[in-house]
Amino acid sequence: MKRLALILCLLAAPGWAVQPDEILDDPELEQRARDISAGLRCLVCRNESIDDSNAELARDLRLLVRERLEAGDTNEEVVDFVVDRYGEYVLLQPRTDGWNLVLWAAGPAMLFLGGGIAAVYLRRRARAQEAGGAQTDHLSAEEQARLREIMNE
Amino acid sequence: MITELGHFALILAFLVACFQSLVPLVGAQRRWPGWMASAEPAASVQFMLVAVSFAALTWAFVTSDFSLRLVVLNSHSAKPLLYKITGVWGNHEGSMLLWVLIVSLFGAFAAWFGGNLPPGLRARVLSVQGMIGAAFLAFILFTSNPFLRVGTPPFDGQDLNPLLQDPGLAFHPPFLYLGYVGLSMTFSFAVAALIEGRVDAAWGRWVRPYTLAAWIFLTIGIGLGSWWAYYELGWGGFWFWDPVENASFMPWLIAAALLHSAIVVEKREALKSWTVLLAIVAFGFSMIGAFITRSGIITSVHAFASDPDRGVFLLLILAVFMMGALTLFAARSQAMQARGVFSLVSRESALVTNNILLGVSAFVVFVGTIWPLVAEMAFDRKLSVGAPFFNMAFTPFMVVLGLILPVGAMLPWKRARLGRTIHGLRYAAVLALAVAALTWAVQTGRSALGPVGLFLGTWLIAGAAVDLWSRTGRAGGRAWRLLRLPRADWGKAVAHGGLGIVIAGIAGLKAWEVEDIRTVQVGESFEVAGFTLTLNDVREVAGPNYNATRADITLARDGSVIGTMEPEKRFYPVAKMPTTEAALNNGFLRDVYVVIGDPQNNGGWAVRTYYKPLANWIWGGAILMAFGGALSLSDRRYRVAAGARKAPAAAPGVPAE
Repeated sequence: MKRLALILCLLAAPGWAVQPDEILDDPELEQRARDISAGLRCLVCRNESIDDSNAELARDLRLLVRERLEAGDTNEEVVDFVVDRYGEYVLLQPRTDGWNLVLWAAGPAMLFLGGGIAAVYLRRRARAQEAGGAQTDHLSAEEQARLREIMNE
Repeated sequence: MITELGHFALILAFLVACFQSLVPLVGAQRRWPGWMASAEPAASVQFMLVAVSFAALTWAFVTSDFSLRLVVLNSHSAKPLLYKITGVWGNHEGSMLLWVLIVSLFGAFAAWFGGNLPPGLRARVLSVQGMIGAAFLAFILFTSNPFLRVGTPPFDGQDLNPLLQDPGLAFHPPFLYLGYVGLSMTFSFAVAALIEGRVDAAWGRWVRPYTLAAWIFLTIGIGLGSWWAYYELGWGGFWFWDPVENASFMPWLIAAALLHSAIVVEKREALKSWTVLLAIVAFGFSMIGAFITRSGIITSVHAFASDPDRGVFLLLILAVFMMGALTLFAARSQAMQARGVFSLVSRESALVTNNILLGVSAFVVFVGTIWPLVAEMAFDRKLSVGAPFFNMAFTPFMVVLGLILPVGAMLPWKRARLGRTIHGLRYAAVLALAVAALTWAVQTGRSALGPVGLFLGTWLIAGAAVDLWSRTGRAGGRAWRLLRLPRADWGKAVAHGGLGIVIAGIAGLKAWEVEDIRTVQVGESFEVAGFTLTLNDVREVAGPNYNATRADITLARDGSVIGTMEPEKRFYPVAKMPTTEAALNNGFLRDVYVVIGDPQNNGGWAVRTYYKPLANWIWGGAILMAFGGALSLSDRRYRVAAGARKAPAAAPGVPAE
């Protein structure tokens, strides 16, 4: 299946992304169409939005998006229309529901965790200074000798 | 005959690597000098054998030996010589051979120039490096042998993927692999130090050049790949957050973190266990990168690199090395007590913050990359994680990093006063704010992206300049002293300034790009962003192994001609693939980017034109970052610290560019 998709993608007409004849007359509507298509995935391609893709299917989807916009749909309605037919796989930005919250929260949670651990570590380092005084601040005699050896070589 | 020699050399290299992984390790454990010393000739021999094997494969490609399966599948007699050579690594088997070649090259480097490492540590490092070599040699020999013959050789080959027949992409994999595999050296050092139970300042100094070299190569490799995507894929995108791109970006982020934390180990003997962990994880991400690319487990545009069957073997290698190293890490964590003490506000703390930001951003990229897989396996949801997610989830960390970088870079070690450092940076801050305000005023009514990006860029560049200037002291003769500063200081300033240029470039390009799509008749002129373009002619041209439709477009501004642009649309008949060759007119502040498309029904041609502000800054900045790294690598303290006895002139890492 994957291979078939690839072949389809490569054999698709050697055109490219948005064609002059697709562009809507109303610039505002066209801009909305571009914004929407940048977030929709070309289903037969690898990680390309329909706005960037050369595939026939992407062109059909671009025309579909413009058709819905001309019919008076809002951006959300257009996206929902496409998702209803092709599944959430077409969304390049995953939805923030259910288990996907884990994905969205992963970064901030890790920052929180890492920051917490680092804060504890840094506090401990600063305390060691108060308690240990000067002697912990120096290399041992053995390390001093080793360092001298390195520097002299 | 030559092919069989290459095959035989590869098998011998595997046996030597097995020897190298065991004998020196036992020797180091038992303190038998002869066994320990055997590591060096073994590393040299392993490298030479793999080199022979690689040369044999290259020979087969150059002479178009179509009795070899790999050559049939990836080459063609009409292909230009350059792409016959680069075709060697433009496929799975050949690229794995390149990978192993670089593993053994780094091992040989440690053997040749590691003269002042303690014998025990050197034997253990080479032994671990030998294990990595043996694992990947086994992978090649058992699952992806490049030297297989075909029963009935065809008259000609099936050609290399035309997208790969390009100078930018031809040299992208070797640089990336030098980077990925350079991290195998830091891994070997980390594991060797764990076996030995000693991590000290000297270890930090030995491991840093390898990290730095790996990071430089990764920077160049990623830069080349992104530059290629920009001019080749036909709409001037430079980063797609594709899984395979992420696979190279994660090791880059971790290597950048490691680079900074190794400084703390070297100078302050703190953050030891964290640095060792980073060294292990960095190579882990390299192997995950190889796994993602080679197994094709996560679909991506890098179509040529997928084969699900081999994924299991790679996953096994990854699991054994990571589990082994992490178990060792857990067992030895007691041996890595920090010595240096420092207060909450200090350079050390700033570098810890740097590490958190880089580490967490790498984690975000990692989670986003594997999430489609997790969601499908665990929750039965088939979904995509694309550019919008990464832009939203990743960028904030980089903004914060950019904001604190100039301050952190100037904080003194041990104990600092934040107010004093910020005071020293006041002119940089004022300049950055002025630039932001100016761009805000000029652009009127567009997104905040441009001003914010230029603010960060200016802040970083000016901050780096202030940092450099502040190192010249207070007395007179500062300009003279500036030139005599250690190269590490210059390297730091250049690399940080380069990051500022990259950030400004990305923001400028994203914020002010102008796109124009239209049908143009031959002879017709049109205006884009103040430029006048005239389509003079469209004609058919024959290339060595392709046919092209080439347009002739004159670019002018205010009536004066700036240049001629010749965008092409190519078709490669053997591979049956079309490619676009955009024409670029480069300028310091902007690129003009033209693509020719299909003939239209009314006799005209579809033409796509882009005005791309600051586009060149992205790659210029990347080059500066790599150059800064190279300056730092050539600093005196590494030349003195390593390789002094055997080869006085040689730097410990691979000299970059």
